[in-house]
Amino acid sequence: MTPQVPGRERPADELTVAPDGRPLADQPRWRQDFPIDVVQDEYVARREFVKFLVLTSSAFVAGQIWILGRGLLRRPPSLPELEIARLDELAVGGAVGFDYPVAGKPKLLVRLGESEFVAYEGRCTHLSCPVIPQPEKGRFYCPCHSGSFDIATGKPIAGPPRRPLQRVELAVRDGRVFATGLVEATL
Amino acid sequence: MNARRSRTAGRRRFSVAQRRMILSGITPVTVVLVVLQLWLLTATMNAHLGGDDSVALPAALASFACLLLNAGLLFYVFRLDGRGRAGG
Repeated sequence: MTPQVPGRERPADELTVAPDGRPLADQPRWRQDFPIDVVQDEYVARREFVKFLVLTSSAFVAGQIWILGRGLLRRPPSLPELEIARLDELAVGGAVGFDYPVAGKPKLLVRLGESEFVAYEGRCTHLSCPVIPQPEKGRFYCPCHSGSFDIATGKPIAGPPRRPLQRVELAVRDGRVFATGLVEATL
Repeated sequence: MNARRSRTAGRRRFSVAQRRMILSGITPVTVVLVVLQLWLLTATMNAHLGGDDSVALPAALASFACLLLNAGLLFYVFRLDGRGRAGG
């Protein structure tokens, strides 16, 4: 089926047959006039597919380098200090909500002991439902899908959430609690 | 003489059907590597958006290693092709 190019002989094992396996003389006229080397055609199609995959592979590496560059260039923003509560206003086991660093970013401050405070993102990392502090059970609870986070670390301990709650850095001075920054982590 | 013979044997010529079969083996390996790279990219992006950039460098290196493997396989295909066209 393969047309012979003048001046170039091809080995017998490269001469392929039509898809139905019959000799060239039995093939329809159109196939005799325009013979297609089926095996060669499939080979070229697969080779082009592999080339496309390698191109895709290069694009993924470019994406990785882009993320790496963004990470290297990213500097932690300097956040303002915000007074959250006075010590005498917040009992042990109590919680208070506040927005930090800007309005619309709810956070929760929980007093775990006389001098032990934690503050985290007030929304679940699953689908952003408000979380409820439950210090007596040692967790933040999300009622939407029964997700739970460890109150001491913010890490997910039950339910669908996979990422921990964003932690707020705190400072206690002069009988008052201040938010001083944010710590983001995914592990 | 022996060295020449072994060199010739190392550069043996494959028919189109054989090359197609070799390519059929190479293709799934390449697909698996590309899927691995896709997983690496999504995991790294997820970590990056969460503020964790500690995995970015290892993931980039792993992805680059996958690209080298893929490029090596493609280079082998081209060499195979060249040998086929050259007729041995």
